[in-house]
Amino acid sequence: MITLSAADLAIAAALVLLLALLSIRLRTGIGGQLLIAATRTALQLSLIGLVLKALFASSQPGWVALLSLVMLLIAGREVMMRQERPFRGWWGYAVGTVSMFLSSFAVTLFALIVILGEQPWYAPQYAIPLLGMLLGNTMNGIAIATDRLTQAAWEQRNTIEARLMLGERWDAAISEYRSKAIRGGMIPIINAMAAAGVVSLPGMMTGQILAGALPVEAVKYQILIMFLITTGTGLGTLAAVSIGARRLFDSRQRLCLDRLRES
Amino acid sequence: MSKTPPLLQIKDLARPMLGPVSLVLAPGECLCITGPSGSGKSQLLRAIADIDPHGGELWLDGVSAQDIQPEQWRRQAGLLPPESSWWLPRARDHFTDGMPVEPVRLGLDDAALDQPVSRLSSGERQRLALLRLLAIGPRVLLLDEPTANLDAGNTSRVEALIGEYRLAHGAAVIWVSHDRTQVERVADRHLMLNDGGLEEQARVMRQ
Repeated sequence: MITLSAADLAIAAALVLLLALLSIRLRTGIGGQLLIAATRTALQLSLIGLVLKALFASSQPGWVALLSLVMLLIAGREVMMRQERPFRGWWGYAVGTVSMFLSSFAVTLFALIVILGEQPWYAPQYAIPLLGMLLGNTMNGIAIATDRLTQAAWEQRNTIEARLMLGERWDAAISEYRSKAIRGGMIPIINAMAAAGVVSLPGMMTGQILAGALPVEAVKYQILIMFLITTGTGLGTLAAVSIGARRLFDSRQRLCLDRLRES
Repeated sequence: MSKTPPLLQIKDLARPMLGPVSLVLAPGECLCITGPSGSGKSQLLRAIADIDPHGGELWLDGVSAQDIQPEQWRRQAGLLPPESSWWLPRARDHFTDGMPVEPVRLGLDDAALDQPVSRLSSGERQRLALLRLLAIGPRVLLLDEPTANLDAGNTSRVEALIGEYRLAHGAAVIWVSHDRTQVERVADRHLMLNDGGLEEQARVMRQ
């Protein structure tokens, strides 16, 4: 494995800096954002590197659980921030967070206990990266799907209510938009699976190969991860859209758009 | 006073800026509601159809709305909003249980049913929306300006069809209209909604 020095990273950072300068010169309006995002990447990853180093050394289940919880809560906030019309109150936070908890945690636990079988099952060098990959991808699917659902409910209010007026149940009245939202959340991961190895080499696999792993082993891990991510994203999206769709109606099956707010 | 048991009873129905409104409708009765724009006529119909949350109580044939599943209630108290909405490509796709009457009764060409809904005129959509509502067989028709986009000939056809439906099914009608002459033609009772409250304007004894 080729160990990277600080100078190597500085050269890569210089490339981003050049891109940012070019963006500023061309007045694209994203030069500043690019620099802030790159700085955040460096700081956040360095920080998590230190945390993981300490965590791997201690291997205490309590610390693994705490870090997992922090990751979940941050991902839940991220889902809410990406909504144009999130739910009011704690529901805005809960729809995404609960769905990610149900999907990412369940799939990670399944992979750790049934597939990887490492002892102890919560070994942080497996549990945390796996959960991170799952949360990151599931978060994207859930954010897209819930945003599509609430936007559709807002824009298609008259149609949904017309169906209710004709005696349809709430779930029939919103079924078309629910299906579209689920498709929207799932398409990025389906596309990623379809393009894997043909159009693109997935980042995790590339990283493992660069770090010295055998390509065949890296590929096996990549397939495992993609299947887990797909399952996690699918379950999370289904859960979020199901919870969100129900929340859009009250106990008398009336469409309650006052439960949404503008972000 | 009519001795017929009421079909629809409304007691203290209230929304913000509306009511409390209390009403009793006999089978076959047509109640017209008029009032200035923004007085709450559409709100009243939406509340009766249980599309909007509201205070107060409603009964159909003596059964409380709370004891009837909402989708069943809305099939019994069918609301025709001023603007119709369609979710399938052709109007015909929305009539899964068949047409209640031949579309020609409302001056509609059969071909209109197979055109993309977006190509139909607002008047055609309004008449088709009425047929779509009648197809589910409501006991109470809640009509929000059902002839607003229609010419005189089609207005007469709609009024005649609703009259026949009332007779054939013993259905009661709450008809919101801005047209005073129409109110005189169709109403058994006429109420004015003003500042959220109802005032009786006229009661017509028909043969």
